[in-house]
Amino acid sequence: MDFWLTDDQVGLQDGIKTFLDGRFPLEVTAAREETGQVIDPGGWRELAEMGVFSLLRDGFDMRASVVAFEQLGRALVPGPVVTTFLAAAYLDGAADGSQIIGHLEPEHEFTVLEHGDQIDAALLFDDGRLSLIPATAISTRALGRPLDALSPVSTVDINIEIDPSNDTLAQGPAAEQAYMRGVLLTAAMQVGLSAAALDLANDYAKNREQFGRPIGSFQAVKHLLAEMMTKAEVARCAVHAAACALDGASNDPAVRPVSVAKTIAGDAALFCGKTGIQVHGGMGFTWEVHAQRYWKRAVVLDNSFGNADHHATAVANTLVTRKERN
Amino acid sequence: MDLRYTDEEQDFRHQLRAWLETVLRDVGPEPDRHDWPARRAYDTSWQRQLFEAGYAGINWPAEFGGRGATPTEHLIFLEETERSGAPYVGMNFVGLLHAGPTLIVEADDTQKDAHLAPILKGDHIWCQGFSEPNAGSDLASLSCRAFRDGDDYVITGQKIWTSFAHVADYCEMLVRTDTDVPKHQGISWLIMDMQSPGIDIRPLRTMEGSAEFCEMFLDEVRVPASNRVGDENDGWRVAMTTLSFERGTAFVSEMLQTMELCRELAQLATTITSKAATAWDDVGLRRDLGRVSAELDALWALTKRNISEATRTGLVGAGGSVFKLAYTDLRHRLGDIALHLLGRASLSIDDVGELATGAHIQGRIHGLSMTIAAGTTQVQKNIISERLLGLPKEPSMTRAKHT
Repeated sequence: MDFWLTDDQVGLQDGIKTFLDGRFPLEVTAAREETGQVIDPGGWRELAEMGVFSLLRDGFDMRASVVAFEQLGRALVPGPVVTTFLAAAYLDGAADGSQIIGHLEPEHEFTVLEHGDQIDAALLFDDGRLSLIPATAISTRALGRPLDALSPVSTVDINIEIDPSNDTLAQGPAAEQAYMRGVLLTAAMQVGLSAAALDLANDYAKNREQFGRPIGSFQAVKHLLAEMMTKAEVARCAVHAAACALDGASNDPAVRPVSVAKTIAGDAALFCGKTGIQVHGGMGFTWEVHAQRYWKRAVVLDNSFGNADHHATAVANTLVTRKERN
Repeated sequence: MDLRYTDEEQDFRHQLRAWLETVLRDVGPEPDRHDWPARRAYDTSWQRQLFEAGYAGINWPAEFGGRGATPTEHLIFLEETERSGAPYVGMNFVGLLHAGPTLIVEADDTQKDAHLAPILKGDHIWCQGFSEPNAGSDLASLSCRAFRDGDDYVITGQKIWTSFAHVADYCEMLVRTDTDVPKHQGISWLIMDMQSPGIDIRPLRTMEGSAEFCEMFLDEVRVPASNRVGDENDGWRVAMTTLSFERGTAFVSEMLQTMELCRELAQLATTITSKAATAWDDVGLRRDLGRVSAELDALWALTKRNISEATRTGLVGAGGSVFKLAYTDLRHRLGDIALHLLGRASLSIDDVGELATGAHIQGRIHGLSMTIAAGTTQVQKNIISERLLGLPKEPSMTRAKHT
């Protein structure tokens, strides 16, 4: 048993972080807000060249993948990186960055789709089947004011005609495994987001002075930061444990650890997002300061691949054994 | 990054499991909580059995009589003893996990020869004389005074939260030997024989209703200077060496019990019925308990990460304080869910009717101590924010002289 990053995993983490720091600094990403094209096509291809969509094709495992996606979450890279990664198992265009693959997540009688104007197709997990719906088959109506300006949204008419013979990518266990991968990579991004929100707030607390000293010297403030760190660290452990389970490097089957990860990481990201704003005081409520961007993306990620409540209930259902009710 | 155990680790587990199966057939039930002589006999005879089988001092270096096991083997030892229902470390706690490790690092050969083997064999029970009524979170401000008189120290003062003092043979004592220097620099660490004249022990009844803890009043108690461990006035550093012995395993048994408590609470909810629905049909309850259960799994993963870090570096880094903060908070939430679920059954610590409710109420009460003992939640948050996040300290009296 050795539950610690290997040297290779650290190398991958550092390589992607260096790339993202250079190519996706948050002030550059934020400058694309409200431009109508938050995904930079050139940047998207460079992500593909870095190999982030094709990690599994290139012989990496889910442990390496969560390490990489934590960094994508940390940088708030816009666009459907998780579903493009999943589609890359089937589509060369997803792997090489020439296609952007979004995610249709039906809820009630409508769904809200992210990046509707920029995706080429969308994945749909439904009824044990993973389908690929071409963008041309999706009728969307843009919503003018997205919660997260880096996640533009539109409404979608859910009555989409699916042609199983053409559209199906996977069924049964393969579709289930793809879904679990999507859940876990989203959780990994939530961990990265939590850590980034903490770093920003920690930096601010050390430098911002009130009452003649740094606000981070007050217990009322520093304890908030301690709570953020605790939630982020615990969530990272949950994500790594689930990645071990998906890779068969654990004695536990993967279903429960994956739901555990999404529950804990989702709660951590929402907490770190809102607490980061609080630590910044009035500045946290401005558009300019990035604190707001972390919280907004945390809401977006929580609502992708099942929210924390959904997965918490799934975890609870593993606690009891009882007869089916009629 | 791999959560699977190696073949060697599994071999260790299977040998231990086989031994436990054999030996536990002859271990009787735990004695009554308030029968102190019986509890001492129970705990020490189990320790003797561990010693004879080579499992005593699992984490102690082999040259001092321990097994010298790896942190992962220590984890496996705790997992297997918990799952098999073996007796807990009980009264041997301070000797095995606190005083003994300190003696290994800091004591002279005479002191080691006198004390290490008896701790491993269960012959000596130790207690801890650290906290005082006016020195809790600010332990270094302790004022229990020791004056030098010839070859002895003469101690007068008061200690509190001294667990098992009324049955212990020795006490690891922190005393003030100098009042004219900054508070951390005037403390010494002494081995005190509990049979010494002048020690008055009074049980301290906690809100759990039991008296595992004591208050200890010292009136001119004489301790030979040869019982001092480390230099005079260097006792604070000596006391802190114990922390460097922690390998991430401190809460393993606790955690496993809490996981079981969580499963039992869920199962209990399926049997509590009102108006044709069970409590478990309430999605709010399932969400709340699901979150606690998820967090327990995440903390179990953190435990394994801490143990892996200790294996690699010899120390637990940031994960130790993070674990304590998250785990103790979780105990409060689990306990509150139990109160909410059990309603008026919460008014009894004994089981109500046919339902096994008592353990959950006992657990709720115990949870209240966990965010206080061994560094309060607030102290933990100071540690995390100041030592791990690098935030500035509040203006403090740290450097102030003892008054």
